[in-house]
Amino acid sequence: MSEFTFLFRGRETPRSPEQAQKQLEKWVAWFKDLGAKGHVKDSGHPLEGTGKVVKGKQKDVNDGPYAEAKDVVGGYMLIEAKDLHHAAELAKGCPILEVGGSVEVRPIQILNM
Amino acid sequence: MEPSDHLFRRESGRIVAALTRVFGVHNLALAEDVVQEAFCRAIEVWRFRGVPENPSAWLMATAKNCALDVLRRERTARTFAPELGRFLQSEWTLAPVVQELFGPNAIKDDLLRMMFSCCHPRLPEAAQVALVLHMLCGFSVGEVASAFVSTHAAMEKRITRAKKVLATSKKLFDVAAATEFSARLPAVHRAIYLLFNEGYHGASPETAVRVELCREAMRLTAVLLEHSLGKTPTTYALAALMCLDAARLPARVDPSGNLSSLFEQDRSQWDQELVVEGLKLLELSATGSELTEYHVEAAIASVHTMAHRAEDTDWGQIVSLYDALMTIHPSPIVALNRAIAVAQNDGPERGLEEIRTIAEGERLANYPFYHAALGEFEFRSGKHETAREHFRAALALARNSMECRFLNQRVSACERGDMQQAYYERFWDRVLVSLKTHLEGEGHN
Repeated sequence: MSEFTFLFRGRETPRSPEQAQKQLEKWVAWFKDLGAKGHVKDSGHPLEGTGKVVKGKQKDVNDGPYAEAKDVVGGYMLIEAKDLHHAAELAKGCPILEVGGSVEVRPIQILNM
Repeated sequence: MEPSDHLFRRESGRIVAALTRVFGVHNLALAEDVVQEAFCRAIEVWRFRGVPENPSAWLMATAKNCALDVLRRERTARTFAPELGRFLQSEWTLAPVVQELFGPNAIKDDLLRMMFSCCHPRLPEAAQVALVLHMLCGFSVGEVASAFVSTHAAMEKRITRAKKVLATSKKLFDVAAATEFSARLPAVHRAIYLLFNEGYHGASPETAVRVELCREAMRLTAVLLEHSLGKTPTTYALAALMCLDAARLPARVDPSGNLSSLFEQDRSQWDQELVVEGLKLLELSATGSELTEYHVEAAIASVHTMAHRAEDTDWGQIVSLYDALMTIHPSPIVALNRAIAVAQNDGPERGLEEIRTIAEGERLANYPFYHAALGEFEFRSGKHETAREHFRAALALARNSMECRFLNQRVSACERGDMQQAYYERFWDRVLVSLKTHLEGEGHN
């Protein structure tokens, strides 16, 4: 088994309370399923929409990230899967895909030191 | 924890009401945006953590924080609630004032304030009900449209127009002003009752939608009953009426999914808790000097619940209750209802006599079940030919396939010259139910 991070990009703004309900139910179901199959290593954390970006030799501090809504990282979690292909297959069930978002799947490098 | 059913819908009204209070009614759209933002944040956090133990409090706190952000960011660009103006300008007072406005007691009043504001006299009743359902019960435009069997576009237009009236009404209704409260209370009662009836007798074929509408109406009534000015004998009567009617809901659909008539229902399925609650509320309503249509209708519903079998129904008492209703709220529809009760009690000839004496009976001419009632009385008096003509007139006016199917059966029964008992019983229930719907619909026209 190898470890991967899932980075969730994009924000879903529900158009009505019932739509919010459906979105949440889908997430809960997907997450529960992953957990039941032993894929969830760490449920990670949601990230706030605001933040600062510190950049360059000048150490400029700016409000940010100010990316397009679809590119903002809204949270992450750690997943266990056989390989990258398997991890990507698991990400296909993520409800964020239905609302124009994306899941970035990145293998975690194992350090042998 | 998993999200409970309709969690967001149930919370939406309270939050939008609280935000509108802080932002001012002219910023209604902003309040709706902030609710959306709070829901968005909830999904982002709850999707991995599960729903917290007290999701209401969580959502309200998040909405409050979003509101504080907006107030800080836009206090120079916008004006917010005029009566809060100066408190919102200074950072010293901003947080404590907003904190207080989001406290549990303030929020109870917010819901009521919004309810009364939605029943604005400049809005037609149908628009008031749509607005209540949209703003206070969290139904999307599409959901309101399907509940009222209207098109999305038409409902969108109606709700947008209603919101505009609300947003330009300068300020929210003042629920502490006793005189104004009492003056608008009847409109609020009416809107709630229309909402309930839409669920109970409405045209929407989807059972789930209908039960939800009834539940929402009862929830709003409970909010009224919690307020010192709101818990009047009339509010109790309305609550009683809804409980007693709602008690029969579990038996309205038979195991094969067909609508089951009052005569055919398995009465053991009636919700006894609601019956008991309804009778208790009916007792509480019996104070003061005012006898309203809700009192009488609740009494009629209680007569039905008292009968353990359909044939035990005390039609004599129902006739005298309709007599009372005719003095309080006379209309051709109530008179026709009364005539039907008379026919049940004293036979079809007496029913026909009563129909002939209905004042302004011509207002019923476009109503299919008026002709159908005439047909039924004639048939039961043995005049099958005349009966068939009445049923044909009714058929020409039928509004949906269920009515068509039903009336076609009547026409052919006249031709055969017989009527099966089951058809006959089903017929009376349809008439009673449809008349009631029509009675409630009169306000729209």
